[in-house]
Amino acid sequence: MAEKVAVIGVGQTPGKRSRKDVSEVELVNEAVRAALEDAELTINDIDVVIQGNMEFFEGTFYTDQWLVEGLGAYGKSGLKVNAAGDTGGTIFASGVSHAASGLFKTVLVVGFEKQDEGAYGGIGMRSEDSFFDIAGGSGRAIGAMWGTAVSVIDRKSATEELAAKVRVKEAKCGSRNPYSHLKLQLTEQDVLNSDIVIWPLRFLHICPTSVSSCAVIVAPEKEAKRLCRKPVWVKDYYCIHSGLQPRVGEPWLNLGAAYPTGPQFRWGVEQAAIALYKRNGIVNPRKQLDLIESYSPSTWHEIDYYEALKLCEPGEAWKLIEEEATWPDGDIPYDVSGGVVSTNAIGATGLHRVAETVIQIRGEGGERQVPKDVNLGLTFAQGADQFCTAAILCKTL
Amino acid sequence: MNRKVAIVAVAQTKYEANKSSLWQGDVAYEPIEKVLQQTGLTYQDRTKNGFGIDRILTAGEDHLVGRTCNSFWIHHYLGAYRMSQDNISGDGAFAVYHGVIDILSGHYDTVLIATITKESETSRAAAENCYFDHIFLQPFGLDYLSASALQARRYMSKYGISREQCAQVAVRNRANAKNNPYAQEPLDITVQDVLKSEMLASPISALDSKPPVSDGACALILTTEEKAKKITDKPIWIDGIGNCRDSHYLGDRDLSDCDSLVMATKRAYSMAGITDPLKEIDVAEVSEEYTYQELLWSEGLGFCGKGEGGKFMEKGISRMSGKMPINPSGGILAGNPIGVAGMARVVEAATQLRGEAGARQVEGAKSALAHGYTGACGQSHCVLILRK
Repeated sequence: MAEKVAVIGVGQTPGKRSRKDVSEVELVNEAVRAALEDAELTINDIDVVIQGNMEFFEGTFYTDQWLVEGLGAYGKSGLKVNAAGDTGGTIFASGVSHAASGLFKTVLVVGFEKQDEGAYGGIGMRSEDSFFDIAGGSGRAIGAMWGTAVSVIDRKSATEELAAKVRVKEAKCGSRNPYSHLKLQLTEQDVLNSDIVIWPLRFLHICPTSVSSCAVIVAPEKEAKRLCRKPVWVKDYYCIHSGLQPRVGEPWLNLGAAYPTGPQFRWGVEQAAIALYKRNGIVNPRKQLDLIESYSPSTWHEIDYYEALKLCEPGEAWKLIEEEATWPDGDIPYDVSGGVVSTNAIGATGLHRVAETVIQIRGEGGERQVPKDVNLGLTFAQGADQFCTAAILCKTL
Repeated sequence: MNRKVAIVAVAQTKYEANKSSLWQGDVAYEPIEKVLQQTGLTYQDRTKNGFGIDRILTAGEDHLVGRTCNSFWIHHYLGAYRMSQDNISGDGAFAVYHGVIDILSGHYDTVLIATITKESETSRAAAENCYFDHIFLQPFGLDYLSASALQARRYMSKYGISREQCAQVAVRNRANAKNNPYAQEPLDITVQDVLKSEMLASPISALDSKPPVSDGACALILTTEEKAKKITDKPIWIDGIGNCRDSHYLGDRDLSDCDSLVMATKRAYSMAGITDPLKEIDVAEVSEEYTYQELLWSEGLGFCGKGEGGKFMEKGISRMSGKMPINPSGGILAGNPIGVAGMARVVEAATQLRGEAGARQVEGAKSALAHGYTGACGQSHCVLILRK
């Protein structure tokens, strides 16, 4: 990058199933104010405002235009991006690009989703091929999650019991995070007894439909040092597309069973990790990284990504789970925020990962703070199993 | 700027009312293939020296495609496999803006950008209605056309702009379009024809407006100075960029002004070192879906003072024979779809500077302005300054 960039402020709203008390404009404003307060700045200090979400989910045409007052974007530079579930990742990448361009001093990045004003089931399906897949009733995200779940079982990477153990860990982490939507008190038996959606995918394995917003302020090195006492640096980021097309001819998605053992579902995440590790001299991620905040929309994704992120050998995710290595007090804490299965406000989800990593690096996680010094964190967002944007954040440059 | 960014190839489809024989992606692929062929570039991971495209960008909005994650459907046509990607929810000019930022950031070197809209497969009015706030304005059935009519009324009554002055924009643009092989609707019309054409939303008549339905796509490739010089002997430099957002509620704005355009222009001019646009810019491609917009935007772009857009038009400065021709291509009024429109302005401006504009060429053009906007009544504007 031309210039080094740091995160100088983060703000989140508590995840909820529904927020009837606020409009979309008011919702994003809560996150914006929180981020400004965290950065000890006012909106007048911001040069650029980048916004992202899935416009179809709320039915708002050109959402960033509608949100201008809530975003504090009046009179400022900026634009909107939308890259499916990866939106939270690409808006962050866009913010980093803006900050590194040398043209701006501060960039505010805001993601949100207000899913109580839309219906994901129908809208999600509208991402499918109109002729073949919608008519065939393909379930979009559920179908994709099932493909991952069945591939984990098929590879013997984990059992249903071990998945339940991971889910209980996620629930515990979520209940310690004040911004988490779900704060479930679960036992492994609860998970194993929950309804089967498509075996082995159960109801409790799946992320919720949340309302939340997240805002992050980034700045180039000089400004970050001037404005912020606790900048968290963006060491690197990487963005990749799997090149797969969501059509019936691509069995990876709609007919997931055709490739239950293949790496298709996690390809983007795996490639992004490989590239980032290579560029940043990471040869043993389990040792060198201090924590991971991931976009794992189901418990099975989390298990699958242990292997994709090279935290263990292929087919050995079960070992990590048995050792509890990905627990908050383990070697490589994974989703100590409770992760996506605790909160999923799609346009904000990827950005929540960044915010939570920043909080951990600063050591400000309160009840959810991991019991070790965090220097290097990996975060990523992924969308529709096609797009992935990953970033490495660090305490010192 | 720490790096210089160049446009090394541009292409567009012919704009038509209905490209029903082609699917969205196939429409987009035509200009994409052209820019790849023009430059001989391929994708970075397929090259040995890393000299290839390392980023793809699109501009698209879910409502216009009628499905969520709209960019899914197009990214493959840009060669998405292993590529860094993003999709700008806004006008295509903003996608070019983002491509410039990406290169300036040092993270990417070569960016392929494409935009496609098939208005024939969507209802613009229905999508645009979702732009307005859901409680107070949406139930009125507002769309860009009716909101623009409010803006036109306010602007014309405040500054005494006449319908005749607005109509001259349509006459000039439709005539210019006769020289543009890509234009959808070149026409020989007079001011009287415009005034007598069917009234859509007073004071905007059918000929004051762009054709109601347009399909088409355009593509371009941006790269760094070093690489541009190896790829082409006609690099077009992007020397200034600026964008800005205004308030959302129409009632919060004085619609007779265009504050966000003034600010976007200021940013672009100061970056490019422009102080006297009429002297320093040879040709302008301005986004206007309705005739009054050119008059108002001319003020915002600093071509004339506030309220002088009508007189500016009458002086003929913006004609092909004038000092600074505006829209030699015929502009959006001769037919460009939403989303593609602003990027088509960049493509046209670059074509002018490359001296490849054929019958619509502005002789000796060395610098050009391209402009795009997103949102009703021009809520957000984007201005780019291009030089030879």
